Amino acid sequence: MTDNTERRVVSVIVVNEASVLSRITDLFSGRGYNITSLTVAPIPESKYSRLTIVTSGSVRVIEQITKQLHKLIPVLRVYEHADLVEKEMALVKFPITENISDISAICNAYNGKIVNVGNDVIITMVADEPKRVDHYLQAIKKYNPKEIVRSGAVALER
Amino acid sequence: MQISGAQMVIEALIAEGVDTVFGYPGGAIMNVYDEIYKQDKFQHILTRHEQAAVHAAEGYSKASGKVGVSMITSGPGFTNAVTGLADAYMDSIPLVVISGQVPMSLIGTDAFQEIDAVGISRSCTKHNYLVTDAKDLPRILKEAFYIARTGRPGPVHVDIPKDVTAQVAEFDYDVELDLETYKPHVKGNPRQIKKAMEAIANAKRPLFYLGGGIINSNAAYEVRDLVHTTGIPAVETFMARGTLSYDDDLLIGMLGMHGSYAANMAMSETDLVIALGARFDDRVTGKLSEFAKNAAVIHVDIDPASISKLVNANYPIVGDVKNVVNEMLKLTSMVNSDNYEQWRETIENFAELHPLTFHEDTENIKPQWVVKRVGELLGDDANISTDVGQHQMWAAQFYPFTRPRQFVSSGGLGTMGFGFPAAMGVKAAVPEKTSINFTGDGSILMNCQELMTAVEKKLPVINIILNNNFLGMVRQWQTLFYDKRHSETDLSVQPDFVKLAEAFGGIGYRVTTKEEFDAALKEAVKKNIVAFIDVKVERFENVMPMVPSGGSLFNMMLLEKKESK
Ligand SMILES: Cc1ncc(C[n+]2csc(CCOP(=O)(O)OP(=O)(O)O)c2C)c(N)n1
Repeated sequence: MTDNTERRVVSVIVVNEASVLSRITDLFSGRGYNITSLTVAPIPESKYSRLTIVTSGSVRVIEQITKQLHKLIPVLRVYEHADLVEKEMALVKFPITENISDISAICNAYNGKIVNVGNDVIITMVADEPKRVDHYLQAIKKYNPKEIVRSGAVALER
Repeated sequence: MQISGAQMVIEALIAEGVDTVFGYPGGAIMNVYDEIYKQDKFQHILTRHEQAAVHAAEGYSKASGKVGVSMITSGPGFTNAVTGLADAYMDSIPLVVISGQVPMSLIGTDAFQEIDAVGISRSCTKHNYLVTDAKDLPRILKEAFYIARTGRPGPVHVDIPKDVTAQVAEFDYDVELDLETYKPHVKGNPRQIKKAMEAIANAKRPLFYLGGGIINSNAAYEVRDLVHTTGIPAVETFMARGTLSYDDDLLIGMLGMHGSYAANMAMSETDLVIALGARFDDRVTGKLSEFAKNAAVIHVDIDPASISKLVNANYPIVGDVKNVVNEMLKLTSMVNSDNYEQWRETIENFAELHPLTFHEDTENIKPQWVVKRVGELLGDDANISTDVGQHQMWAAQFYPFTRPRQFVSSGGLGTMGFGFPAAMGVKAAVPEKTSINFTGDGSILMNCQELMTAVEKKLPVINIILNNNFLGMVRQWQTLFYDKRHSETDLSVQPDFVKLAEAFGGIGYRVTTKEEFDAALKEAVKKNIVAFIDVKVERFENVMPMVPSGGSLFNMMLLEKKESK
């Protein structure tokens, strides 16, 4: 098959119950689908959780992923997003000796700021589209980041 | 009513109308077995291996249309049962499999006979549960039966820790099920159905592609009506054998890897595939890009994930086949059966060109002859199970099936060892029919300990061993595609199958002539005890015709013309 592989964001609403997360990840690994990132949290004041899964595959594969997810008994709804707002977060630790005002300015440009200042390090946070988080991480390379942690994506249909 | 978890299991089974449970006890499930001892509402059949308990439940379910039930203990009991779960999952067989688990306080400690059973069964069940509180048991058991038999049917596994079976709680089985996340789509979309009927009316060479989903949804008789009123020819998958009777003029035969030439050519030449409860398995389609290349596709299936998974459906219809076919039947006035006269003739010509047949042999018994002969002698009076291998294909090709649920075999997983226990389950479900298992000298050894169950519980299965001293199907591939290097498939060293049967209290026959075969079969039927009929057949016979794996359906290896000696 010569179908093009595409990045896709899928949201899944599931009943909060034991092992529901492994049902989902087993489905991906058992069928050879790919998970780029996965974010889970309970939906406030309900018995459901929302998962945001970033995956990739051909149109046919993505269609199978959504159908197979939907077949799982605890799955209430599956959204394959077309038009969405998508955000990701990154926390980065820099030595305090770096140029803090430069770093702060860059963070600002990417919806972020300095969130912690310690004796030896500062920690910044940005929250932006995944592509822009990539760019941010590229831009701050020269300030010798000591540690980077990046979250999975969360998304909502526009 | 306050009762123990173990009693709840019994009450739930009774409430579900279960009459037969296949199982094997052990420490973690003993509380439940203690309650089984005290009741007389259903029979328990003790198999001699947990795998067989699940296969027997599958056979029981396939023959009866009811949910099959088996009961096993934790650890090795459960792991032995996994092949059965996987088999039932692949063939969409509704089962509820209940396993014992170590007490809650020991879960996660690598306790004696502890295994993460729900972790293992997750990928080979439709759904599974670990019960952590007896008060959840009535709901869970009710859900388990409901999920197993509705939608696309399948096995559901319920794992119950020992302390939960001892725990006392309120039992009320009249609970309303609240499964808001599980709502199978059973009614087909009326607009799509109408469009599909229009497509049928406009097609020149339409073809029914009948799959196992028809049998699962008890739709075979409705499908017969639809085929006959439209006059459209039909091919059956292996899993759909018996949907149409073997002598139906519109049945072209089985399609796929070992399908008939006519069936595969019809599929290659059709302009409209009408797939009912079929899932376009690779053993059926051969090379996908060449499959029914010039055809539009109507695909009716209860499982949305099956539709357009492999072949794009122009008219997708999600729904229960029985419902959808009933709706289609209301619209058959749109279709004129005369329009397909020429197409039916074309197909007849295919069938005449290369009929499904085999060469008789004067010295050896041909395995195909055995199958045909059983058909002549028992026909509709027998239910047929098989193991896996060449004998399985010959049974599917040559037995004269007259009705749905007459044929029970492991299709999706292809599990050697399935046949004998499944045939016991069939016998338990339909005692008035003779239960025949066609098996191979390889397969039968995979669950031959069930001789003991069959003797004890009076389940007189007749196992017909088509004995070629080979793992025949693998040998066939080695002959054809590995330059005759018969690596590890020679079964020249064999047990004495007659003595083996006798050792368990059954009856055994060794057969080397056709007359001996007739006599053995007749006697076995009359004696009505479990039998092995060990038939020495031609060793190097191949299943023909054949589409080599990954080849196109219209490129079949055909039976060679008989050499004149
Ligand atoms: C449990 C299991 N192991 C291995 C196989 C692979 N396999 C498929 S057919 C076959 C040979 C079966 O031999 P036999 O039962 O003698 O039947 P025959 O083909 O000779 O009729 C084997 C080994 C299988 N299907 N199932």
